[in-house]
Amino acid sequence: MPHLTDAKIKELEALANRIRQDVIEMVVGAGSGHVGGPLGMADIFTALYFHVLRHDPKNPDWPDRDRVVLSNGHICPVLYAALARSGYFQVEELKTLRKFGTRLQGHPHRTALPGLETTSGPLGSGLSQAVGMAIAAKMEAKKKKESGPRINVYCLMSDGEQDAGNIWEAAMLAGKLKLDNLTAVMDRNNIQIDGMTEDIMPLEPLREKYEAFNWHVIEINGHSFPEIVNAFDTADAVYEKPVLIIAHNIPGKGVDFMEFSYPWHSKVFKPGEAKEALHQLRTLGGKITGEHE
Amino acid sequence: MPANPSARLVENVLDLKALEQKPTREGFGAGLVKAADDSPEIVGLCADLTESTRMEPFARKYPDRFVEMGVAEQNLAAVASGMAAMGKIPFITSYAMFSPGRNWEQIRTTICYNEQNVKVIGSHAGVSVGPDGATHQAIEDIAIMRPIPNMFVFAPCDMGEGEKVTIAVANAKNPCYVRFAREKTPVFTTAGTPFAIGKAQVFWVEPPNTKPDVAIVACGPLVHNAVLAAAELEHAGIKVRVLNAVSIKPMDEQAVVAAARDAGAIVTVEEHQITGGMGSAVAELLAQRHPVPMEFIGVQNRFGESGSPSELIEHFGMGVNHIRQAAERAIKRK
Repeated sequence: MPHLTDAKIKELEALANRIRQDVIEMVVGAGSGHVGGPLGMADIFTALYFHVLRHDPKNPDWPDRDRVVLSNGHICPVLYAALARSGYFQVEELKTLRKFGTRLQGHPHRTALPGLETTSGPLGSGLSQAVGMAIAAKMEAKKKKESGPRINVYCLMSDGEQDAGNIWEAAMLAGKLKLDNLTAVMDRNNIQIDGMTEDIMPLEPLREKYEAFNWHVIEINGHSFPEIVNAFDTADAVYEKPVLIIAHNIPGKGVDFMEFSYPWHSKVFKPGEAKEALHQLRTLGGKITGEHE
Repeated sequence: MPANPSARLVENVLDLKALEQKPTREGFGAGLVKAADDSPEIVGLCADLTESTRMEPFARKYPDRFVEMGVAEQNLAAVASGMAAMGKIPFITSYAMFSPGRNWEQIRTTICYNEQNVKVIGSHAGVSVGPDGATHQAIEDIAIMRPIPNMFVFAPCDMGEGEKVTIAVANAKNPCYVRFAREKTPVFTTAGTPFAIGKAQVFWVEPPNTKPDVAIVACGPLVHNAVLAAAELEHAGIKVRVLNAVSIKPMDEQAVVAAARDAGAIVTVEEHQITGGMGSAVAELLAQRHPVPMEFIGVQNRFGESGSPSELIEHFGMGVNHIRQAAERAIKRK
């Protein structure tokens, strides 16, 4: 992937901010949906769709594209915003989220919208699907006489869904098959619906668990573009092991009263809250004057 | 000889001693290799039961297209979905109790709703699994696969038909579930016996220019019991039509409605709970299109148990005599 210049970092930060605003506007328009997770993952989605992925928004079925599997489908507002902002469909359509007849279903449905690789929502099965894609990609690569660019498979998953046994079945198989074309990113934001992950079902030590399953594990600050891009770069270089990037994220990132608050996993905005959230994003927390205030 | 000539069954169809006995899962094993020879996109995934689900011949011939999944059925289904997303045609095998028994939601969401072309092969279906007992006897699998949109469901009646179904589902473009059995059962169809998705075949037919007194709609190896019952009923002067409903979904609605219209009484026969299975599918259809008295042969809201396959088939009321008596009851209710 291309070198990450200072100018590019600034561009990605601005895009991530725009995508966070999209997320809030979408959820407000829909009257329901999840905000905490999407805001926390906005930087990683931005890095993926605007710097890391080999993809072509005008040709979403390009066979040699990298694959993105969103396992925790409920954070789809951020995926939809990233897809729209990178050109898969009109930004205008984001307003239709969760409404009758929409292509932007409450949880993503693959055949409804260009750019989606899976249907997802029920937690714990996205990593398996990504493993299946990685296996198939390796089978195909083995058949080809000339080696072309490798298809990378990226699975974005939550920390809460690590409670599910299906995840560990997938992790075991990926380790066994040495799927170095697979990179999983865990949104380590420490919250799930019923509370803090370590109270609901302690997950730690996550690094050691995945390492014991023969994965290469990288831990990053999920809001630092240099760290995000560097981790994906490293994941590209790691040989004969799948890679897990544990992204330490702040749920609700960018809006002070939402940060670190598990009720914002799927809370609905009260009057005034959305306006305040958008104000904080547009003014970068009061540092600048918002353009559309 | 009232076995339907166009069904081209074996000549000695009623002679249990002379008939070759092979399990339907053998048909899967043979069919998968043939289908894979023709289609390089076919891959096989198995959850630690490669030999007993009969995926082994494929795995041996095409080791690069086989993935040993270990005892992990949820992963089995969802990994297959991912492979199908890349253009592969995955066949996934385990015992029916575990796949689709344990991984129903993954099959529904990641395969069927996600429109991925995966073939779910459930071996060891029915109480005829025998000594392993109720934990391993899948008798609810049709009921859980049938309601899922995009999913087709098949229950082949013998090894030969098992092979034909396997090749047909390999060529179908949508998710399919096929249930196979462990126990050896009579091989009574031939290479010439027709099979097509969505078609039922008349295996036993009423005499020419007459109407049947009763029609038996059966699937799986019990179709042979239905044929034996038909022969006995005919001997007693009762005219019978037997339909092989191998294609449970899509069902041959025309053939089933015609049987109800011609006979005025229906008996369904399946090695499955009578709730939600093939008989229920027939009842749903006939309640709307042509209601007639119906009797259901199958397991009646009970779990299985250990025993020999033939003991269990008798114990749970699915023997030849049970079918004959159900036919007589259905006729009386007309």
